[in-house]
Amino acid sequence: MISLTIDEKKIEAPEGATVLEAARLAKIDIPTLCHDPRMKPHGACRLCIVDIAGLPRPVTSCTTPATDGMVVTTTNPRLERLRKTTVELLLSDHPNDCMVCIKAGDCTLQNLAYKYAIRESRFKGAVRQHNRVDNNPFIMREQDKCVLCGLCVRVCDEVQGVGAIGYANRGFESDICPPFKNELNCEFCGQCVSVCPTGALSAKMWAGQPRLEGMENTETTCTYCGCGCNITLHSHANKVVRVSSRSDNHNRGWLCVKGRFGYEFINSKDRLTTPLIRREKGGKLEPATWDEALDLVVAKMSAIKEQHGADAIGGLASARCTNEENYLFQKLMRVGIGTNNVDHCARY
Amino acid sequence: MNSEIIVNVCMGTGGIAAGAEMVMTAFKEEFEAAGVKNARIEERCRLHKVGCRGFCARDVLVDINVDGEVSTYQYIQPEMVKRLIQDHVIGKQPVTEWLVGDDYHVFHDNQTKIVLADLGKINPESIDDYLGVGGYTAAKKALTTMTPAEVIVTVKNSGLRGRGGGGFPTGLKWSLCAANEADQRYVICNADEGDPGAFMDRSVVEGNPHAVIEGMIVTAYAIGASIGYVYIRAEYPLAVDRLRIAIAAARERGYLGKKLFGGQFDFDVKIKLGAGAFVCGEETALIASIEGERGMPRAKPPFPANKGLWGKPTIINNVETLANIPPIINKGAEWFASIGSEKSKGTKVIALTGKIRNTGLIEIPMGMPLNDIIFKIGGGIEGDKLFKAVQTGGPSGGCIPQQYIDLPVDYEGLKSVGSMMGSGGMVVLDETDCMVNIAKFFLQFTQDESCGKCVPCRIGTKRLLEILTRITEGKGKKGDIELLQELAEDVRDSSLCGLGMSAPNPVLSTIKYFRHEYEAHINQKKCPAKVCNKLLTFFIRQDMCVGCGMCLKACSVNAITGEKKQPHHIDNTLCIQCGSCFDVCKFSAVIKD
Amino acid sequence: MEEALEGIYQKTVAHGDNIITVLQEIQNTFGYVQEESVHWFSARTNIPASKFYGVITFYSQFHLTPRGKNIITVCSGTVCHVKGASRIISRLRDDLKLPEGTATTKDMMFTLENVNCVGACSIAPVVLVNNKVYGKMNPEKISKTLKTYKE
Repeated sequence: MISLTIDEKKIEAPEGATVLEAARLAKIDIPTLCHDPRMKPHGACRLCIVDIAGLPRPVTSCTTPATDGMVVTTTNPRLERLRKTTVELLLSDHPNDCMVCIKAGDCTLQNLAYKYAIRESRFKGAVRQHNRVDNNPFIMREQDKCVLCGLCVRVCDEVQGVGAIGYANRGFESDICPPFKNELNCEFCGQCVSVCPTGALSAKMWAGQPRLEGMENTETTCTYCGCGCNITLHSHANKVVRVSSRSDNHNRGWLCVKGRFGYEFINSKDRLTTPLIRREKGGKLEPATWDEALDLVVAKMSAIKEQHGADAIGGLASARCTNEENYLFQKLMRVGIGTNNVDHCARY
Repeated sequence: MNSEIIVNVCMGTGGIAAGAEMVMTAFKEEFEAAGVKNARIEERCRLHKVGCRGFCARDVLVDINVDGEVSTYQYIQPEMVKRLIQDHVIGKQPVTEWLVGDDYHVFHDNQTKIVLADLGKINPESIDDYLGVGGYTAAKKALTTMTPAEVIVTVKNSGLRGRGGGGFPTGLKWSLCAANEADQRYVICNADEGDPGAFMDRSVVEGNPHAVIEGMIVTAYAIGASIGYVYIRAEYPLAVDRLRIAIAAARERGYLGKKLFGGQFDFDVKIKLGAGAFVCGEETALIASIEGERGMPRAKPPFPANKGLWGKPTIINNVETLANIPPIINKGAEWFASIGSEKSKGTKVIALTGKIRNTGLIEIPMGMPLNDIIFKIGGGIEGDKLFKAVQTGGPSGGCIPQQYIDLPVDYEGLKSVGSMMGSGGMVVLDETDCMVNIAKFFLQFTQDESCGKCVPCRIGTKRLLEILTRITEGKGKKGDIELLQELAEDVRDSSLCGLGMSAPNPVLSTIKYFRHEYEAHINQKKCPAKVCNKLLTFFIRQDMCVGCGMCLKACSVNAITGEKKQPHHIDNTLCIQCGSCFDVCKFSAVIKD
Repeated sequence: MEEALEGIYQKTVAHGDNIITVLQEIQNTFGYVQEESVHWFSARTNIPASKFYGVITFYSQFHLTPRGKNIITVCSGTVCHVKGASRIISRLRDDLKLPEGTATTKDMMFTLENVNCVGACSIAPVVLVNNKVYGKMNPEKISKTLKTYKE
């Protein structure tokens, strides 16, 4: 452990921590826009600047390692002026259409504008012109809202190892896009959408649905595979309209395309809600109660076992079940029915 | 006749542009033609390719050395060669009217040459020439008689500071790098000279590439690096070629490669070509570029000396810094420290350009007053106009006005007036230069070259440029100067790398010293230097106009009318102030006010 | 084309060179960087095409479209600026009938570019035509010089 002083508070921090990490451990708030603790620090947004005794100019706390005896100031009129100017500059190249933006209420840039009470930017000038791009089933890109924090590029590279998008051009004309500005051609995992601090990246299927604020949140586990990622279902009027994942869980907030975007089946009218039984050969499947269905299964299985032996029965489990459920299923097959014919859908 | 005759033709970029290659060919042909009559001359003549001697404004410069008597000619063209050979070489009578004048000697005599000492004297494509002036003796001395620590102490004691811009003490940088535990370290020579108005690194590499290589060998030995890179602009093809030739020759002679000078030390150098991005002159961006990435700077700390190329301790020194190393090793730290001012030791190579009589490359002891540089070496302002300011440090520097004309030129002196040394470009401006326009020019440059990573530089320089543009177009508003100042300070204090930190300097320094010009643009809608076309009115002096019709043809909006051979008129309601008529008029009849 | 690309691969990546060197070689060979060559290299090296694209668009040396037969480069350094480089550019644009925002003439004969200082400030303003340096230029002289390349 090392000890340092931040805003006149003595703070203990683990060896190797950055100044930002040390400050956050002590619940000292430093604004950031391009930082995500799950990825390498970038130092681009310049909002997390702090003064460190002995250094001639402010440095970014996200990239500066904390050292023993360091004396840090996170706020003073000069630092706040620099931060405010930075936010004003960002707003001077932004559509500022929060009224109709899907990200309103959950937007880091909007919060910063609120924090620094910026009603109008002092700097008016050219703004980047980008069309909305949404020629794919999942991801909506509104690059004129992009603040070039680089989180989407980094998550695609560092976490997914894909590199489907990257930086293009330089300076004011910098842009984030797929190579040669082609259509986005990836698995649409949506990790980029999950880390975007503004409305530049969103999901097509969220459009027109209520915004995040005021929705009912249900913590649960994704049912798509055995990974068991923690997810949060956001629902409105008894309908799931968005899925997200908290970064403090075991999957660190990362999801795949199915977990993130494959939730429409929940409210599908084609979804089975009761067991179905075909009561006569060639007849239709008809709704039944669970008791009736389970009784039927038990009767048929007992008959097969009596006539042909237990090994005439086999069981296939599902990758969508949890480990515990799969454990119980093989127990049922082996102990209840008495066969080792048990397998799993992921094997073929 | 046993006389020895040597002809030197200046073959730098400036020389070649002025026709040096054709002059060379002419010498060869004329010698052959004359040689038929006088074979002895032909035998003894040697044609040298000589690197830049700095006085490019007078190209093509030619030295003719007969029996050790050297005469220097200026403005030589191929058709003049025949007479030079007939009169001077054969007839022993120098052609006096083509000789350089006193100003050539004043230009050279007021300089102190360390880095440029051998430029113009040796053939940069010949390693033997370099060995002939003591080349590679410093590397041999360092590697065979000194420990790495002793080399570092020598450089520390010499007081040498980085010549690329910041002026960080070189020896200290080396010791910080050497102190790291590492299995590999790197030396990088930064030859990505990007400052507009600076060409000292190009000239040194073109004129004496082996000195840079030797400097790298000593650096590598001091810090324990076995691989070196020269990161050089692709826009300097001649420098790249000469460097390639020099590296190959050094390898062949065993100055690069394995077990140098019979010891255990291995070192080799590779060339990396820049791909056209000014920001790559910044250390961390340069590293990213060598790694094959976009040249976007990385936050410091960690500094490259601790964690540089591929995460290994790396020393990045610029061309001029490295070229200073061999003389320091050879002549000692005390000798070097005896030259220069209190905190800035040695000399500085300066590219002296702009509205000045003697433009070219010069080398001065640190601390020489601006006045001596501009009016002694530089010969004063071109065309007897009035001196207005000198811009130093390129886009990172500032403009220094008349009142500081006695300022000593060293790191501290320039910094004290809001400018900086930078790589050593010095552009002299006269009364016809508009300072708002100059600030706008540099902002245009930095804004184009901003990598776009950090917000203050990416958007801030754009907004600064927009405000400056509207001021030069007559749309400036009350409060614009204050807004410029505030924004410039904030961009300076919160940008990620040196480019953004220094980009506001041209704005801040011109506001500080030439605020009245900004005010004239904003309040009176006038450009005092008559540069900003949008603030000017164009008209034709009836007594001067001969009616040639050039302006009429040049005008793209048909604002000019007039019969042939009759004075023309400009309709100011149609004129868009493009200035084309002013440019084409051969009779100075178009007036702008 | 594949053969040429494999040749570039052997010359560069096989020796540990990075993608900037690869792109410089591609451009030297083909005159510009075609999209297909990037996809070929991306597949061959397993480096995402986005990295190549990022590098191409970052450095001003790389071009994604073919350039003209003659390359005219106007130096825009400080000294060339104060000595009238902008007037030379507008004359060239007039002579070549190049509208603002385009760099190459329709007949693919000329490409007009500018460069941040070629370091020949003493002979400013400077124009390079196919890397040949022309010093102390003015609108009239460049017009004349241009004519010799038009034939």
